[in-house]
Amino acid sequence: MTVQVLRCVGDFAEPPPAPGKVEAQTNGLAVTIHQLRKSFGQNEVLRGIDLYIGAGEFVALVGRSGCGKSTLLRLLVGLERPSSGHFRVGNRGAHAPPVGAIRIMFQEPRLLPWASVLANVEVGLGEERPSANARKRALATLGEVGLEDRRDHWPSLLSGGQKQRVALARALVGQPRVLAFDEPLGALDALTRISMQRLIERVWVDQRFTAIMVTHDVAEAVTLADRVLMIEQGAITLDQRIDLPRPRERGSPEVAAFEGRILRALFCNAAAGEDT
Amino acid sequence: MINLFSVRQSEKLTQWALPIGIVAVWEALSLAGVIPLRILPAPTAVIAAAWKLTLNGELLRNIWVSFWRAIVGLTIGGGIGFALGLANGVSRRSERTFDTTLQMIRNVPHLALIPLVILWFGIDEEAKIFLVALGVFFPIYVNTQHGIRTVDVQLIEMGRAYGMSPTRLFWRVILPGALPSIFVGLRYALGIMWLTLIVAETISASSGIGYMAMQAREFLLVDVVVLSILIYALLGKLADSAARLLERWCLSWHPAFQLDIETEA
Repeated sequence: MTVQVLRCVGDFAEPPPAPGKVEAQTNGLAVTIHQLRKSFGQNEVLRGIDLYIGAGEFVALVGRSGCGKSTLLRLLVGLERPSSGHFRVGNRGAHAPPVGAIRIMFQEPRLLPWASVLANVEVGLGEERPSANARKRALATLGEVGLEDRRDHWPSLLSGGQKQRVALARALVGQPRVLAFDEPLGALDALTRISMQRLIERVWVDQRFTAIMVTHDVAEAVTLADRVLMIEQGAITLDQRIDLPRPRERGSPEVAAFEGRILRALFCNAAAGEDT
Repeated sequence: MINLFSVRQSEKLTQWALPIGIVAVWEALSLAGVIPLRILPAPTAVIAAAWKLTLNGELLRNIWVSFWRAIVGLTIGGGIGFALGLANGVSRRSERTFDTTLQMIRNVPHLALIPLVILWFGIDEEAKIFLVALGVFFPIYVNTQHGIRTVDVQLIEMGRAYGMSPTRLFWRVILPGALPSIFVGLRYALGIMWLTLIVAETISASSGIGYMAMQAREFLLVDVVVLSILIYALLGKLADSAARLLERWCLSWHPAFQLDIETEA
């Protein structure tokens, strides 16, 4: 009898599951892409993408300008229609994800200049906006990005980094299950960029959505992502898993090694592409 | 703050210094006999005329009649212009249907229609209201349509990506985005509104400021003529100030208006 009780105490005392086991505690949805193609007129931007992104995974898409990475992202959030092929968000046979389950954060903040900071965050609540605790949630999310005291300001009074934090709060407030980032830090200065990367990593660890980030910056991709995918001329040419513990130290030899490997692949393939 | 306040006060004084100075010089020249009274009466004579016409109620009645015509014309013409501007800004089909016709009408000076309007409506109220409505229609129509067409497409895309219904997209993104341009149209329309009214009232009316001026001319009452012109100037300034106030209130988010907010706060 005594033994049994002790065993129970032992069970409760067990540490929470290791952070590596993402699938067990994720809030995110898996994304399955099959033979996805997209053309604009004669120009074929995506040439048959096959990809599986696990629920709660952080994936970075890198590649040169015009390689199709942003187009892939815009297809996933429904801003473009595929020319052929299909993709599924969520598991096979599951219900279609509810409206607002997939959110996007753009390269520009795209805040409504005529709405206060708080009202801009509330845009992210979509249909839930009139509900009773909507304002409370918007405020809490604004607190998470550290801008609670700016709630009544007009966006034009904020700095570039602050605007992008409001945009992040707007994306987060609806508790998305897939969050797409379209180079959201591209226009920020180096310091603001690093603190934004930390912020994004922190909220991702907290909320465990599936994150898909398009970026030009290979170092950023290696610091944040579980997997770095390289897209070249509309196809995935590299799928690199980054199994380093978090938080990752920028400039550490391990991060630098991955960065070097991806950059080499990028340049070598580009040179090969130019030869043909 | 105190410093800023006094700066604003003195700025206010500066903008009135010139008109007051001009009136003072005018009065002095009239008293000295440099300006013949038949050409331009002294300001005091104009004030006296205003007082006399106020006492017998004629002045206020005429101002009211003109004001009423202006407001009714603006409401009708501006309302239709705004509605068509919205429709043609939002819908390509609507634009294809209406825009060419409207642009053709726009190129006819609306005052050229006065003979036709008199044939249609006589010199009744409808004639003046029709002309004012026609005059204010185009600036409001053109600027509303332009405002809606030039709303930031990135914001519209954001609204769509965040699940806004077309109605909410309109109220939350498109209309506020078009508002600065709509206000430009409104202020331009106010100018045209008074211009049209003055012309219409001088040519065909039996009441109103313009009629008062024409009557006075027949009896060589130069002071009343000058008074009428001054009243038009004041009414015009009043309408413009009202529009500015409305603009400042509606566009307080706009960077161009934020200095004022900070000094008021």
